[in-house]
Amino acid sequence: MQTPILQATDVWRSYQRGSETIHALAGMSLTVQAGEMLGIVGRSGSGKTTFLNQAGCLDTPTKGNINICGTEVTGMPEKELVAFRRDHIGFIFQLFYLIPTLTAVENVELPMIFARESRRRERALEALERVGLREVNALPHQLNGGDMQRVAIARALVRKPQLLLADEPTGRLEHQSRTAIMDIFRGLQAEGLGIVIVTHDPTLADETDRIIELRDGRISSPGRDSAMESSLKSED
Amino acid sequence: MTKTTVTQQSQTIQGRVATAAGLGKVYRRGPEEIHALRDIDLSFETGGFYCVLGPSGAGKTTLLNLLGVMDVPTSGSLTVAGQIVADGEKVRLAEGKRDRLRLENIGFIFIEFFLIPTLTAVENVQMPLLWAGKEDRAYAVELLERVGLGHRLTHRPAEMSGGEMQRVAIARALINRPKLLLADEPTGNVDTRTRDSIFELFRELNDDGLVIVLATHDQELAGRIDRVTHLRDGRLAKGKE
Repeated sequence: MQTPILQATDVWRSYQRGSETIHALAGMSLTVQAGEMLGIVGRSGSGKTTFLNQAGCLDTPTKGNINICGTEVTGMPEKELVAFRRDHIGFIFQLFYLIPTLTAVENVELPMIFARESRRRERALEALERVGLREVNALPHQLNGGDMQRVAIARALVRKPQLLLADEPTGRLEHQSRTAIMDIFRGLQAEGLGIVIVTHDPTLADETDRIIELRDGRISSPGRDSAMESSLKSED
Repeated sequence: MTKTTVTQQSQTIQGRVATAAGLGKVYRRGPEEIHALRDIDLSFETGGFYCVLGPSGAGKTTLLNLLGVMDVPTSGSLTVAGQIVADGEKVRLAEGKRDRLRLENIGFIFIEFFLIPTLTAVENVQMPLLWAGKEDRAYAVELLERVGLGHRLTHRPAEMSGGEMQRVAIARALINRPKLLLADEPTGNVDTRTRDSIFELFRELNDDGLVIVLATHDQELAGRIDRVTHLRDGRLAKGKE
């Protein structure tokens, strides 16, 4: 049987606020296979970003386990965890987070600089070609939102991660750019990446293979197939 | 705590850090020409603290982008850190050299912090240095201490307040020991108390010799700066010294 790209088992994330315990995640379990695109929907505060932080090894669950590509990351020492994250996970955010003073290709080189890797320029250009960006020497302010997100995706891909985590990746884009970004995601999916898209936008989630809905840190409707969902809607 | 002097280089250079003469910038949108800046004559002297004041759309960001060599003028002359960027209608400095000039001489701060969410504070600060092929974690730590974040070195942006994130961005802007610090609405996203403490930090950095150009629409903030240039519809309106 194929090893899942991401397996979360009974994940809890609790915070203490005075005498009160807040459960941002309350026993979440899910699996993402290679080549699968999962959509996580839910209102603001439902735990979507908290889950993405656990899956991305940016935070540690209070209880439960996270396994990525067959490696148990829960309890991994911080230094090891940082290296693991850089090798296996790519992140994409709504606000792109490009460095305004660096060109597109320089922004894509950044993860390789931290990993002290060679052939940086060549690999960055390959990644930009992969996402269809031609203005490789443009500064972010010279690009439109869709192209800025292309740069951010190229940056997330340049070290060839197996898991891509996207937090509202099309939240700031107009329709045409949104379609183009989703096409890129589908291409990556076909190459075997596991992709998790967190969004509050149900129409974006509908474009993923499977949707789960979070409410109060729990999965309120698990594993709905988005194609089935759409056909059910059309029958209504 | 030892107070770090961040601008050893700028203190040794006499005269002007940047000079603009007849500077203009026209953007073309289809057949339409948009004059973002017209006939700007300005000079920024060593040790100065300058404010560019104007409403939204006045041309402040365009001016800062030109001074920071993030863009090139369509008319006029511009010299930055002793290098002629443009002279008349000709851009004198090739793109690669402009990148180098920017990286080695200019620090930028923006209204948005542009910190990378997956990196810690100290990694974010080090980033421009690593990009330039250098490494100096100790100096990144020193700068974070200098901006009052010695206790936040390994925190990520999501774990910090807006004011703290802007301080990390300031430390990052200083890591290459710039001659010129360009700040575009640096306190636009923080509350007034944080604004005041960030402004005090700018004041201290200027006391250390760093040349600062701060663009804002905040008249109260501008009132605390000696040299204010008023910009309106892309033109200089009036100035006070």
